[in-house]
Amino acid sequence: MQSDPMTLTLFAPLFGAILAFLFPRAARALGLVAVLVTGGAVVWLARAVLAEGAVTLALGGWAPPLGISLRADGLSVAMLAMTAAVGLLVSLGALDALRDARQTRYFWPLWLLLLTGMNGVYLSTDIFNLYVMIEVIALAAVGLTVLSGTRAALRAGLEYMYASILGALLFLMGVGFVYLQLGRLDFAGLITAEPSGALSAALALMVVGLALKTALFPLHFWLPAAHANATAPASALLSGLVVKAALYIFLRLTTYMPLPDEVLVTLIGTLGAGAVIWGGIQALRAERLKLLVAWSTVVQIGLIFIAFARAGQVGLTESWKAAALLILAHGVAKAAMFLAAGRIKDEVGHDTIRELDKSAIRPTLAQFTFALAAISLIGLPPSLGFIGKWSLMEGAMAAGYWHWVGVTMIGTLLSVAYFSRVLAGFLRFDRVRAPLGEHQGWALADVAPLTLAVSAIGLGLLAAPILSFIELGYPFGAMP
Amino acid sequence: MTPDIIYGVTGIAVFAIGLVGALCAQDRLRRVLALKLASVGAGFVLVVAAWRAPPAAPDPVPHALVITGIVVMVSATAVALALIRRLQSLEAEDAE
Repeated sequence: MQSDPMTLTLFAPLFGAILAFLFPRAARALGLVAVLVTGGAVVWLARAVLAEGAVTLALGGWAPPLGISLRADGLSVAMLAMTAAVGLLVSLGALDALRDARQTRYFWPLWLLLLTGMNGVYLSTDIFNLYVMIEVIALAAVGLTVLSGTRAALRAGLEYMYASILGALLFLMGVGFVYLQLGRLDFAGLITAEPSGALSAALALMVVGLALKTALFPLHFWLPAAHANATAPASALLSGLVVKAALYIFLRLTTYMPLPDEVLVTLIGTLGAGAVIWGGIQALRAERLKLLVAWSTVVQIGLIFIAFARAGQVGLTESWKAAALLILAHGVAKAAMFLAAGRIKDEVGHDTIRELDKSAIRPTLAQFTFALAAISLIGLPPSLGFIGKWSLMEGAMAAGYWHWVGVTMIGTLLSVAYFSRVLAGFLRFDRVRAPLGEHQGWALADVAPLTLAVSAIGLGLLAAPILSFIELGYPFGAMP
Repeated sequence: MTPDIIYGVTGIAVFAIGLVGALCAQDRLRRVLALKLASVGAGFVLVVAAWRAPPAAPDPVPHALVITGIVVMVSATAVALALIRRLQSLEAEDAE
Protein backbone atom coordinates (compact mmCIF):
# COMPACT_ATOMS: atom_id res chain seq x y z
CA MET A 1 0.00 0.00 0.00
CA GLN A 2 1.37 3.37 -0.98
CA SER A 3 1.71 5.83 1.82
CA ASP A 4 -0.62 8.42 0.51
CA PRO A 5 -3.38 10.42 2.20
CA MET A 6 -5.95 9.32 -0.35
CA THR A 7 -5.44 5.59 0.14
CA LEU A 8 -5.33 6.21 3.89
CA THR A 9 -8.76 7.91 3.88
CA LEU A 10 -10.14 4.74 2.27
CA PHE A 11 -8.25 2.06 4.14
CA ALA A 12 -8.28 3.50 7.68
CA PRO A 13 -12.09 3.26 8.01
CA LEU A 14 -12.21 -0.03 6.07
CA PHE A 15 -9.72 -1.79 8.34
CA GLY A 16 -11.32 -0.08 11.32
CA ALA A 17 -14.68 -1.56 10.30
CA ILE A 18 -13.25 -5.06 9.98
CA LEU A 19 -11.40 -4.85 13.30
CA ALA A 20 -14.40 -3.35 15.10
CA PHE A 21 -16.52 -6.22 13.82
CA LEU A 22 -13.96 -8.84 14.91
CA PHE A 23 -13.35 -7.32 18.34
CA PRO A 24 -16.73 -6.00 19.49
CA ARG A 25 -15.48 -5.22 22.99
CA ALA A 26 -12.92 -2.79 21.65
CA ALA A 27 -15.31 -1.49 18.97
CA ARG A 28 -15.63 1.99 20.51
CA ALA A 29 -11.91 2.56 20.85
CA LEU A 30 -11.14 1.08 17.43
CA GLY A 31 -13.89 3.14 15.87
CA LEU A 32 -12.74 6.41 17.39
CA VAL A 33 -9.12 5.73 16.39
CA ALA A 34 -10.15 4.91 12.82
CA VAL A 35 -12.21 8.10 12.54
CA LEU A 36 -9.34 10.15 13.99
CA VAL A 37 -6.82 8.61 11.57
CA THR A 38 -9.20 9.32 8.69
CA GLY A 39 -9.53 12.92 9.88
CA GLY A 40 -5.74 13.21 10.01
CA ALA A 41 -5.44 11.85 6.47
CA VAL A 42 -7.99 14.42 5.27
CA VAL A 43 -5.96 17.25 6.86
CA TRP A 44 -2.84 15.85 5.16
CA LEU A 45 -4.69 15.72 1.86
CA ALA A 46 -6.05 19.25 2.35
CA ARG A 47 -2.51 20.57 2.80
CA ALA A 48 -1.42 18.81 -0.40
CA VAL A 49 -4.36 20.27 -2.33
CA LEU A 50 -3.69 23.74 -0.90
CA ALA A 51 -0.05 23.50 -1.96
CA GLU A 52 -0.37 22.02 -5.43
CA GLY A 53 -4.03 22.07 -6.51
CA ALA A 54 -5.77 18.86 -7.53
CA VAL A 55 -3.85 15.66 -6.78
CA THR A 56 -4.30 12.42 -8.72
CA LEU A 57 -3.18 8.91 -7.88
CA ALA A 58 -3.31 5.99 -10.28
CA LEU A 59 -3.89 2.93 -8.08
CA GLY A 60 -1.30 0.21 -8.65
CA GLY A 61 0.37 2.35 -11.29
CA TRP A 62 -2.43 1.67 -13.81
CA ALA A 63 -3.65 4.84 -15.45
CA PRO A 64 -7.22 5.29 -16.72
CA PRO A 65 -9.03 4.28 -18.86
CA LEU A 66 -7.87 0.77 -17.89
CA GLY A 67 -6.93 1.40 -14.25
CA ILE A 68 -8.74 3.20 -11.47
CA SER A 69 -7.39 6.52 -10.28
CA LEU A 70 -8.25 8.64 -7.29
CA ARG A 71 -8.43 12.39 -7.55
CA ALA A 72 -8.87 15.07 -4.93
CA ASP A 73 -9.63 18.71 -5.63
CA GLY A 74 -11.05 21.49 -3.49
CA LEU A 75 -14.62 20.23 -3.62
CA SER A 76 -13.66 16.62 -2.82
CA VAL A 77 -11.55 17.71 0.13
CA ALA A 78 -14.31 19.98 1.42
CA MET A 79 -16.75 17.05 1.32
CA LEU A 80 -14.19 14.71 2.91
CA ALA A 81 -13.49 17.26 5.66
CA MET A 82 -17.18 17.80 6.36
CA THR A 83 -17.72 14.03 6.51
CA ALA A 84 -14.77 13.46 8.83
CA ALA A 85 -15.59 16.35 11.16
CA VAL A 86 -19.31 15.63 11.40
CA GLY A 87 -18.50 11.93 11.67
CA LEU A 88 -16.08 12.47 14.54
CA LEU A 89 -18.57 14.56 16.52
CA VAL A 90 -21.43 12.13 15.85
CA SER A 91 -19.11 9.32 17.00
CA LEU A 92 -18.54 11.19 20.26
CA GLY A 93 -22.29 11.69 20.57
CA ALA A 94 -22.81 7.98 19.93
CA LEU A 95 -20.62 7.10 22.92
CA ASP A 96 -23.39 8.37 25.16
CA ALA A 97 -26.46 7.82 23.00
CA LEU A 98 -25.91 4.10 22.41
CA ARG A 99 -26.01 2.22 25.69
CA ASP A 100 -27.38 -1.05 24.40
CA ALA A 101 -24.56 -3.57 23.90
CA ARG A 102 -26.03 -4.96 20.68
CA GLN A 103 -26.40 -1.49 19.19
CA THR A 104 -22.83 -0.51 20.09
CA ARG A 105 -21.55 -3.74 18.64
CA TYR A 106 -23.05 -3.15 15.18
CA PHE A 107 -22.97 0.66 15.10
CA TRP A 108 -19.20 1.00 14.77
CA PRO A 109 -18.54 -1.48 11.92
CA LEU A 110 -21.52 -0.13 9.98
CA TRP A 111 -20.57 3.49 10.47
CA LEU A 112 -16.91 2.89 9.49
CA LEU A 113 -18.05 1.00 6.39
CA LEU A 114 -20.28 3.95 5.58
CA LEU A 115 -17.30 6.29 5.98
CA THR A 116 -15.27 4.11 3.59
CA GLY A 117 -18.01 4.33 0.99
CA MET A 118 -18.46 8.09 1.38
CA ASN A 119 -14.73 8.77 1.09
CA GLY A 120 -14.64 6.47 -1.93
CA VAL A 121 -17.36 8.51 -3.63
CA TYR A 122 -15.54 11.78 -3.03
CA LEU A 123 -12.26 10.46 -4.49
CA SER A 124 -13.60 8.39 -7.41
CA THR A 125 -12.90 9.37 -10.99
CA ASP A 126 -14.96 6.80 -12.84
CA ILE A 127 -18.63 6.05 -12.81
CA PHE A 128 -18.45 2.30 -12.22
CA ASN A 129 -16.40 2.90 -9.10
CA LEU A 130 -19.11 5.35 -8.04
CA TYR A 131 -21.74 2.63 -8.53
CA VAL A 132 -19.84 0.23 -6.25
CA MET A 133 -19.35 2.95 -3.63
CA ILE A 134 -23.03 3.95 -3.55
CA GLU A 135 -23.90 0.29 -3.00
CA VAL A 136 -21.43 0.11 -0.11
CA ILE A 137 -23.03 3.22 1.34
CA ALA A 138 -26.54 1.83 0.80
CA LEU A 139 -25.83 -1.45 2.61
CA ALA A 140 -24.21 0.32 5.58
CA ALA A 141 -26.95 2.96 5.69
CA VAL A 142 -29.73 0.38 5.73
CA GLY A 143 -27.92 -1.37 8.58
CA LEU A 144 -27.79 1.89 10.52
CA THR A 145 -31.49 2.55 9.83
CA VAL A 146 -32.61 -0.72 11.39
CA LEU A 147 -30.13 -0.55 14.27
CA SER A 148 -32.83 0.27 16.82
CA GLY A 149 -34.56 -3.04 15.91
CA THR A 150 -38.10 -1.70 16.26
CA ARG A 151 -40.79 -2.77 13.82
CA ALA A 152 -41.20 0.76 12.47
CA ALA A 153 -37.45 1.02 11.86
CA LEU A 154 -37.34 -2.37 10.13
CA ARG A 155 -40.22 -1.48 7.83
CA ALA A 156 -38.65 1.89 7.03
CA GLY A 157 -35.28 0.22 6.49
CA LEU A 158 -36.74 -2.30 4.03
CA GLU A 159 -38.48 0.48 2.11
CA TYR A 160 -35.15 2.37 2.06
CA MET A 161 -33.40 -0.78 0.84
CA TYR A 162 -35.78 -1.16 -2.12
CA ALA A 163 -35.41 2.51 -3.07
CA SER A 164 -31.66 2.32 -2.68
CA ILE A 165 -31.15 -0.81 -4.78
CA LEU A 166 -33.48 0.49 -7.45
CA GLY A 167 -31.61 3.81 -7.56
CA ALA A 168 -28.29 2.01 -7.84
CA LEU A 169 -29.60 -0.26 -10.63
CA LEU A 170 -30.85 2.72 -12.63
CA PHE A 171 -27.38 4.19 -12.18
CA LEU A 172 -25.78 0.89 -13.31
CA MET A 173 -27.98 0.83 -16.41
CA GLY A 174 -26.74 4.34 -17.21
CA VAL A 175 -23.15 3.13 -16.70
CA GLY A 176 -23.84 0.32 -19.21
CA PHE A 177 -25.14 2.83 -21.76
CA VAL A 178 -22.07 5.02 -21.31
CA TYR A 179 -19.77 2.06 -21.89
CA LEU A 180 -21.72 1.02 -25.00
CA GLN A 181 -21.33 4.51 -26.36
CA LEU A 182 -17.82 5.49 -25.30
CA GLY A 183 -15.99 2.30 -24.36
CA ARG A 184 -14.65 3.99 -21.22
CA LEU A 185 -16.06 5.13 -17.89
CA ASP A 186 -13.63 7.68 -16.45
CA PHE A 187 -14.55 11.36 -15.99
CA ALA A 188 -11.93 12.46 -18.53
CA GLY A 189 -13.70 10.31 -21.13
CA LEU A 190 -17.06 11.87 -20.24
CA ILE A 191 -15.71 15.40 -20.60
CA THR A 192 -14.25 14.82 -24.05
CA ALA A 193 -17.28 12.86 -25.34
CA GLU A 194 -19.44 14.36 -28.07
CA PRO A 195 -22.99 14.90 -26.79
CA SER A 196 -25.37 12.33 -28.25
CA GLY A 197 -28.81 10.90 -27.71
CA ALA A 198 -27.49 7.71 -26.12
CA LEU A 199 -25.36 9.68 -23.65
CA SER A 200 -28.34 11.85 -22.73
CA ALA A 201 -30.38 8.71 -22.07
CA ALA A 202 -27.55 7.39 -19.91
CA LEU A 203 -27.39 10.67 -18.01
CA ALA A 204 -31.16 10.63 -17.53
CA LEU A 205 -31.04 7.10 -16.05
CA MET A 206 -28.21 8.03 -13.71
CA VAL A 207 -29.90 11.27 -12.60
CA VAL A 208 -33.18 9.48 -11.82
CA GLY A 209 -31.24 6.85 -9.85
CA LEU A 210 -29.43 9.53 -7.89
CA ALA A 211 -32.65 11.46 -7.28
CA LEU A 212 -34.11 8.30 -5.77
CA LYS A 213 -31.05 7.88 -3.56
CA THR A 214 -30.93 11.49 -2.41
CA ALA A 215 -34.74 11.64 -1.97
CA LEU A 216 -35.56 14.43 -4.39
CA PHE A 217 -39.31 15.13 -4.44
CA PRO A 218 -41.36 13.15 -5.57
CA LEU A 219 -38.93 10.25 -4.96
CA HIS A 220 -38.57 11.14 -1.28
CA PHE A 221 -41.21 8.69 -0.04
CA TRP A 222 -38.73 6.49 1.83
CA LEU A 223 -36.78 9.21 3.66
CA PRO A 224 -39.01 10.58 6.47
CA ALA A 225 -39.78 7.18 8.00
CA ALA A 226 -36.22 5.91 7.62
CA HIS A 227 -34.58 8.98 9.18
CA ALA A 228 -37.19 9.48 11.90
CA ASN A 229 -37.15 5.90 13.20
CA ALA A 230 -33.39 5.35 13.38
CA THR A 231 -31.45 5.89 16.60
CA ALA A 232 -30.21 9.48 17.06
CA PRO A 233 -26.56 9.05 15.92
CA ALA A 234 -27.70 6.95 12.95
CA SER A 235 -30.27 9.60 11.99
CA ALA A 236 -27.58 12.26 12.20
CA LEU A 237 -25.30 10.26 9.89
CA LEU A 238 -28.09 9.36 7.45
CA SER A 239 -29.48 12.87 7.18
CA GLY A 240 -26.27 14.84 7.52
CA LEU A 241 -23.94 12.73 5.41
CA VAL A 242 -25.47 9.85 3.42
CA VAL A 243 -27.82 11.84 1.17
CA LYS A 244 -24.89 14.13 0.33
CA ALA A 245 -23.00 11.39 -1.53
CA ALA A 246 -25.66 11.12 -4.25
CA LEU A 247 -25.94 14.93 -4.38
CA TYR A 248 -22.18 15.19 -4.89
CA ILE A 249 -22.25 12.62 -7.73
CA PHE A 250 -25.10 14.60 -9.27
CA LEU A 251 -23.01 17.80 -9.15
CA ARG A 252 -20.02 16.09 -10.75
CA LEU A 253 -21.92 14.24 -13.45
CA THR A 254 -24.05 17.13 -14.60
CA THR A 255 -20.98 19.27 -15.06
CA TYR A 256 -18.95 16.65 -16.88
CA MET A 257 -21.91 15.65 -19.03
CA PRO A 258 -23.79 18.93 -19.40
CA LEU A 259 -27.57 18.67 -19.31
CA PRO A 260 -28.62 18.83 -22.96
CA ASP A 261 -31.49 21.24 -22.49
CA GLU A 262 -32.49 24.31 -20.48
CA VAL A 263 -35.86 22.61 -19.91
CA LEU A 264 -34.15 19.89 -17.84
CA VAL A 265 -32.43 22.46 -15.61
CA THR A 266 -35.82 24.06 -15.03
CA LEU A 267 -37.38 20.64 -14.37
CA ILE A 268 -34.77 19.89 -11.70
CA GLY A 269 -35.41 23.27 -10.08
CA THR A 270 -39.16 22.65 -10.22
CA LEU A 271 -38.81 19.30 -8.46
CA GLY A 272 -36.69 21.11 -5.86
CA ALA A 273 -39.46 23.69 -5.46
CA GLY A 274 -41.96 20.86 -5.00
CA ALA A 275 -39.76 19.42 -2.26
CA VAL A 276 -39.49 22.79 -0.50
CA ILE A 277 -43.25 23.35 -0.43
CA TRP A 278 -44.49 19.78 0.10
CA GLY A 279 -41.78 19.06 2.68
CA GLY A 280 -42.58 22.34 4.45
CA ILE A 281 -46.27 21.49 4.68
CA GLN A 282 -45.50 17.98 5.97
CA ALA A 283 -43.08 19.39 8.55
CA LEU A 284 -45.83 21.71 9.76
CA ARG A 285 -48.12 18.71 10.21
CA ALA A 286 -45.57 16.33 11.78
CA GLU A 287 -46.49 15.25 15.27
CA ARG A 288 -43.09 13.95 16.33
CA LEU A 289 -39.94 16.01 16.63
CA LYS A 290 -37.71 13.59 14.71
CA LEU A 291 -40.25 13.33 11.90
CA LEU A 292 -40.29 17.12 11.62
CA VAL A 293 -36.49 17.15 11.39
CA ALA A 294 -36.61 14.41 8.72
CA TRP A 295 -39.10 16.39 6.62
CA SER A 296 -36.83 19.41 6.92
CA THR A 297 -34.15 17.27 5.22
CA VAL A 298 -36.51 16.79 2.26
CA VAL A 299 -36.92 20.59 2.16
CA GLN A 300 -33.18 21.25 2.28
CA ILE A 301 -32.46 18.76 -0.50
CA GLY A 302 -35.06 20.56 -2.62
CA LEU A 303 -33.31 23.83 -1.83
CA ILE A 304 -29.97 22.40 -3.00
CA PHE A 305 -31.52 21.43 -6.33
CA ILE A 306 -32.99 24.93 -6.64
CA ALA A 307 -29.52 26.33 -5.98
CA PHE A 308 -28.25 24.13 -8.78
CA ALA A 309 -30.89 25.41 -11.21
CA ARG A 310 -30.92 29.01 -9.95
CA ALA A 311 -29.29 30.63 -13.00
CA GLY A 312 -30.25 28.15 -15.70
CA GLN A 313 -27.91 26.34 -18.02
CA VAL A 314 -25.52 29.25 -18.62
CA GLY A 315 -25.16 29.84 -14.87
CA LEU A 316 -24.14 26.28 -13.99
CA THR A 317 -20.45 27.25 -13.77
CA GLU A 318 -21.40 29.38 -10.73
CA SER A 319 -24.49 27.58 -9.45
CA TRP A 320 -22.64 24.48 -8.31
CA LYS A 321 -20.84 26.62 -5.71
CA ALA A 322 -24.11 27.77 -4.14
CA ALA A 323 -25.27 24.14 -4.13
CA ALA A 324 -21.99 22.97 -2.58
CA LEU A 325 -22.22 25.61 0.18
CA LEU A 326 -25.77 24.49 1.01
CA ILE A 327 -24.64 20.84 1.03
CA LEU A 328 -21.88 21.62 3.56
CA ALA A 329 -24.17 23.84 5.68
CA HIS A 330 -26.92 21.25 5.80
CA GLY A 331 -24.52 18.44 6.68
CA VAL A 332 -23.25 20.19 9.80
CA ALA A 333 -26.54 21.72 10.95
CA LYS A 334 -28.70 18.64 10.37
CA ALA A 335 -26.32 16.36 12.23
CA ALA A 336 -26.44 18.79 15.16
CA MET A 337 -30.22 18.95 15.01
CA PHE A 338 -30.76 15.17 14.94
CA LEU A 339 -28.33 14.65 17.83
CA ALA A 340 -30.08 17.41 19.80
CA ALA A 341 -33.49 15.91 19.02
CA GLY A 342 -32.17 12.56 20.21
CA ARG A 343 -30.94 14.15 23.46
CA ILE A 344 -34.32 15.80 24.03
CA LYS A 345 -36.08 12.50 23.41
CA ASP A 346 -33.69 10.74 25.79
CA GLU A 347 -34.22 13.24 28.61
CA VAL A 348 -37.95 13.86 28.24
CA GLY A 349 -38.77 10.27 27.32
CA HIS A 350 -40.81 11.02 24.18
CA ASP A 351 -40.68 13.39 21.21
CA THR A 352 -44.31 14.34 20.65
CA ILE A 353 -44.02 18.03 19.82
CA ARG A 354 -47.30 19.07 21.46
CA GLU A 355 -46.37 17.46 24.79
CA LEU A 356 -42.77 18.70 24.97
CA ASP A 357 -43.61 21.89 26.88
CA LYS A 358 -45.61 19.92 29.47
CA SER A 359 -42.58 18.05 30.68
CA ALA A 360 -41.06 18.97 34.01
CA ILE A 361 -37.64 18.00 32.69
CA ARG A 362 -36.08 20.62 30.49
CA PRO A 363 -32.93 19.60 28.62
CA THR A 364 -32.04 23.27 28.20
CA LEU A 365 -28.70 22.89 26.46
CA ALA A 366 -30.07 20.39 23.94
CA GLN A 367 -32.94 22.78 23.24
CA PHE A 368 -30.44 25.62 22.76
CA THR A 369 -28.48 23.41 20.34
CA PHE A 370 -31.67 22.65 18.43
CA ALA A 371 -32.37 26.38 18.15
CA LEU A 372 -28.85 27.15 16.87
CA ALA A 373 -29.13 24.41 14.24
CA ALA A 374 -32.56 25.78 13.27
CA ILE A 375 -30.99 29.22 12.72
CA SER A 376 -28.59 27.74 10.18
CA LEU A 377 -31.28 25.67 8.46
CA ILE A 378 -33.68 28.62 8.25
CA GLY A 379 -30.78 30.64 6.87
CA LEU A 380 -30.39 33.52 9.32
CA PRO A 381 -27.06 35.41 9.30
CA PRO A 382 -24.23 34.79 10.02
CA SER A 383 -24.69 31.02 9.62
CA LEU A 384 -23.32 28.99 6.70
CA GLY A 385 -26.91 28.25 5.71
CA PHE A 386 -27.44 32.00 5.28
CA ILE A 387 -24.42 32.33 2.98
CA GLY A 388 -25.65 29.38 0.90
CA LYS A 389 -29.16 30.82 0.58
CA TRP A 390 -27.78 34.26 -0.13
CA SER A 391 -25.61 33.05 -3.00
CA LEU A 392 -28.59 31.06 -4.32
CA MET A 393 -30.78 34.16 -4.40
CA GLU A 394 -28.02 36.47 -5.63
CA GLY A 395 -27.40 34.23 -8.64
CA ALA A 396 -31.11 33.87 -9.35
CA MET A 397 -31.59 37.67 -9.18
CA ALA A 398 -28.57 38.34 -11.40
CA ALA A 399 -29.94 35.94 -13.99
CA GLY A 400 -33.41 37.47 -13.67
CA TYR A 401 -34.94 34.18 -12.47
CA TRP A 402 -37.24 35.69 -9.87
CA HIS A 403 -39.38 32.56 -9.53
CA TRP A 404 -36.50 30.79 -7.75
CA VAL A 405 -36.14 33.75 -5.38
CA GLY A 406 -39.86 33.54 -4.66
CA VAL A 407 -39.77 29.80 -3.94
CA THR A 408 -36.75 30.23 -1.67
CA MET A 409 -38.54 32.97 0.27
CA ILE A 410 -41.66 30.81 0.68
CA GLY A 411 -39.44 27.94 1.83
CA THR A 412 -37.74 30.18 4.37
CA LEU A 413 -41.07 31.35 5.77
CA LEU A 414 -42.30 27.75 6.00
CA SER A 415 -39.13 26.71 7.81
CA VAL A 416 -39.52 29.58 10.30
CA ALA A 417 -43.09 28.37 10.87
CA TYR A 418 -42.32 24.71 11.47
CA PHE A 419 -39.26 25.30 13.61
CA SER A 420 -41.24 27.85 15.65
CA ARG A 421 -43.70 25.10 16.54
CA VAL A 422 -40.84 23.43 18.39
CA LEU A 423 -39.02 26.51 19.66
CA ALA A 424 -42.18 28.11 21.04
CA GLY A 425 -42.68 25.02 23.19
CA PHE A 426 -39.09 25.28 24.44
CA LEU A 427 -39.65 28.87 25.55
CA ARG A 428 -42.84 28.25 27.51
CA PHE A 429 -42.16 28.02 31.18
CA ASP A 430 -45.66 28.61 32.49
CA ARG A 431 -47.00 25.10 31.98
CA VAL A 432 -45.08 23.24 34.65
CA ARG A 433 -42.95 24.44 37.49
CA ALA A 434 -40.36 21.83 38.22
CA PRO A 435 -38.56 21.96 41.56
CA LEU A 436 -35.31 23.83 41.10
CA GLY A 437 -32.13 21.79 41.23
CA GLU A 438 -33.84 18.54 40.39
CA HIS A 439 -32.55 18.63 36.86
CA GLN A 440 -29.54 20.57 35.75
CA GLY A 441 -30.61 20.94 32.12
CA TRP A 442 -27.34 19.87 30.56
CA ALA A 443 -25.10 16.85 30.33
CA LEU A 444 -21.71 16.01 28.91
CA ALA A 445 -23.50 14.36 25.98
CA ASP A 446 -24.65 17.80 24.82
CA VAL A 447 -21.10 18.83 23.93
CA ALA A 448 -20.96 17.07 20.55
CA PRO A 449 -24.25 18.43 19.16
CA LEU A 450 -23.53 21.88 20.59
CA THR A 451 -20.10 21.97 18.89
CA LEU A 452 -21.73 21.02 15.59
CA ALA A 453 -24.43 23.66 15.95
CA VAL A 454 -21.94 26.39 16.88
CA SER A 455 -19.82 25.39 13.86
CA ALA A 456 -22.86 25.61 11.59
CA ILE A 457 -23.25 29.23 12.69
CA GLY A 458 -19.54 30.07 12.89
CA LEU A 459 -18.56 28.59 9.52
CA GLY A 460 -20.66 31.35 7.95
CA LEU A 461 -17.93 33.79 8.97
CA LEU A 462 -15.39 31.63 7.10
CA ALA A 463 -17.52 31.41 3.96
CA ALA A 464 -15.00 33.32 1.80
CA PRO A 465 -12.07 30.96 2.50
CA ILE A 466 -14.38 27.94 2.11
CA LEU A 467 -15.57 29.24 -1.27
CA SER A 468 -12.05 29.84 -2.52
CA PHE A 469 -11.02 26.40 -1.22
CA ILE A 470 -13.74 24.46 -3.06
CA GLU A 471 -12.60 26.11 -6.28
CA LEU A 472 -9.07 24.76 -5.89
CA GLY A 473 -8.01 22.45 -8.67
CA TYR A 474 -10.84 23.80 -10.84
CA PRO A 475 -13.27 21.02 -9.89
CA PHE A 476 -15.42 21.68 -12.91
CA GLY A 477 -12.82 22.79 -15.40
CA ALA A 478 -10.75 20.61 -17.66
CA MET A 479 -9.39 17.40 -16.17
CA PRO A 480 -5.65 16.89 -16.34
CA MET B 1 -30.41 -8.41 -36.55
CA THR B 2 -26.98 -8.85 -35.06
CA PRO B 3 -26.59 -10.66 -31.74
CA ASP B 4 -25.70 -7.43 -29.92
CA ILE B 5 -29.02 -5.81 -30.86
CA ILE B 6 -31.03 -8.91 -29.90
CA TYR B 7 -29.27 -9.21 -26.54
CA GLY B 8 -29.32 -5.45 -25.95
CA VAL B 9 -33.06 -5.17 -26.50
CA THR B 10 -33.63 -8.27 -24.37
CA GLY B 11 -31.55 -6.74 -21.58
CA ILE B 12 -33.51 -3.50 -21.65
CA ALA B 13 -36.81 -5.44 -21.70
CA VAL B 14 -35.77 -7.59 -18.73
CA PHE B 15 -34.68 -4.46 -16.86
CA ALA B 16 -38.04 -2.80 -17.61
CA ILE B 17 -39.98 -5.85 -16.37
CA GLY B 18 -37.96 -5.82 -13.17
CA LEU B 19 -38.52 -2.08 -12.77
CA VAL B 20 -42.28 -2.41 -13.10
CA GLY B 21 -42.28 -5.30 -10.63
CA ALA B 22 -40.18 -3.40 -8.09
CA LEU B 23 -42.52 -0.42 -8.25
CA CYS B 24 -45.87 -2.23 -8.43
CA ALA B 25 -45.53 -5.51 -6.52
CA GLN B 26 -47.06 -5.58 -3.04
CA ASP B 27 -45.39 -8.67 -1.67
CA ARG B 28 -41.98 -8.03 -0.08
CA LEU B 29 -40.32 -11.10 -1.58
CA ARG B 30 -41.69 -10.34 -5.03
CA ARG B 31 -40.16 -6.89 -4.92
CA VAL B 32 -36.75 -8.36 -4.08
CA LEU B 33 -37.09 -10.79 -7.00
CA ALA B 34 -38.12 -7.94 -9.30
CA LEU B 35 -35.01 -6.02 -8.28
CA LYS B 36 -32.92 -9.10 -9.02
CA LEU B 37 -34.51 -9.27 -12.46
CA ALA B 38 -33.70 -5.63 -13.11
CA SER B 39 -30.07 -6.26 -12.12
CA VAL B 40 -29.90 -9.16 -14.59
CA GLY B 41 -31.18 -6.81 -17.29
CA ALA B 42 -28.52 -4.22 -16.45
CA GLY B 43 -25.90 -6.99 -16.54
CA PHE B 44 -27.15 -8.03 -19.99
CA VAL B 45 -26.59 -4.53 -21.33
CA LEU B 46 -23.03 -4.52 -19.97
CA VAL B 47 -22.31 -7.93 -21.51
CA VAL B 48 -23.59 -6.63 -24.85
CA ALA B 49 -21.10 -3.78 -24.52
CA ALA B 50 -18.36 -6.45 -24.47
CA TRP B 51 -19.53 -8.20 -27.64
CA ARG B 52 -17.45 -7.82 -30.78
CA ALA B 53 -18.29 -9.38 -34.14
CA PRO B 54 -16.23 -12.58 -34.40
CA PRO B 55 -13.39 -13.25 -35.02
CA ALA B 56 -12.52 -10.23 -32.78
CA ALA B 57 -12.13 -11.18 -29.11
CA PRO B 58 -14.72 -9.70 -26.70
CA ASP B 59 -13.75 -6.74 -24.52
CA PRO B 60 -12.95 -8.12 -21.03
CA VAL B 61 -13.64 -4.90 -19.06
CA PRO B 62 -17.47 -5.14 -19.05
CA HIS B 63 -17.19 -8.77 -17.97
CA ALA B 64 -15.25 -7.64 -14.91
CA LEU B 65 -17.91 -4.99 -14.26
CA VAL B 66 -20.72 -7.54 -14.50
CA ILE B 67 -18.98 -9.85 -12.04
CA THR B 68 -18.61 -6.95 -9.60
CA GLY B 69 -22.26 -6.09 -10.15
CA ILE B 70 -23.31 -9.67 -9.39
CA VAL B 71 -21.31 -9.68 -6.15
CA VAL B 72 -22.88 -6.39 -5.08
CA MET B 73 -26.38 -7.65 -5.89
CA VAL B 74 -25.85 -10.94 -4.02
CA SER B 75 -24.91 -9.01 -0.87
CA ALA B 76 -27.80 -6.61 -1.27
CA THR B 77 -30.24 -9.49 -1.74
CA ALA B 78 -28.88 -11.20 1.35
CA VAL B 79 -29.44 -8.05 3.43
CA ALA B 80 -32.95 -7.56 2.05
CA LEU B 81 -33.86 -11.21 2.75
CA ALA B 82 -32.50 -10.98 6.29
CA LEU B 83 -34.58 -7.87 6.92
CA ILE B 84 -37.71 -9.53 5.53
CA ARG B 85 -37.20 -12.62 7.72
CA ARG B 86 -36.70 -10.52 10.83
CA LEU B 87 -39.75 -8.44 10.07
CA GLN B 88 -41.84 -11.54 9.44
CA SER B 89 -40.85 -13.17 12.70
CA LEU B 90 -41.65 -9.94 14.60
CA GLU B 91 -45.02 -9.70 12.88
CA ALA B 92 -45.72 -13.36 13.65
CA GLU B 93 -45.07 -12.53 17.32
CA ASP B 94 -47.54 -9.64 17.12
CA ALA B 95 -50.18 -11.88 15.58
CA GLU B 96 -50.00 -14.39 18.41
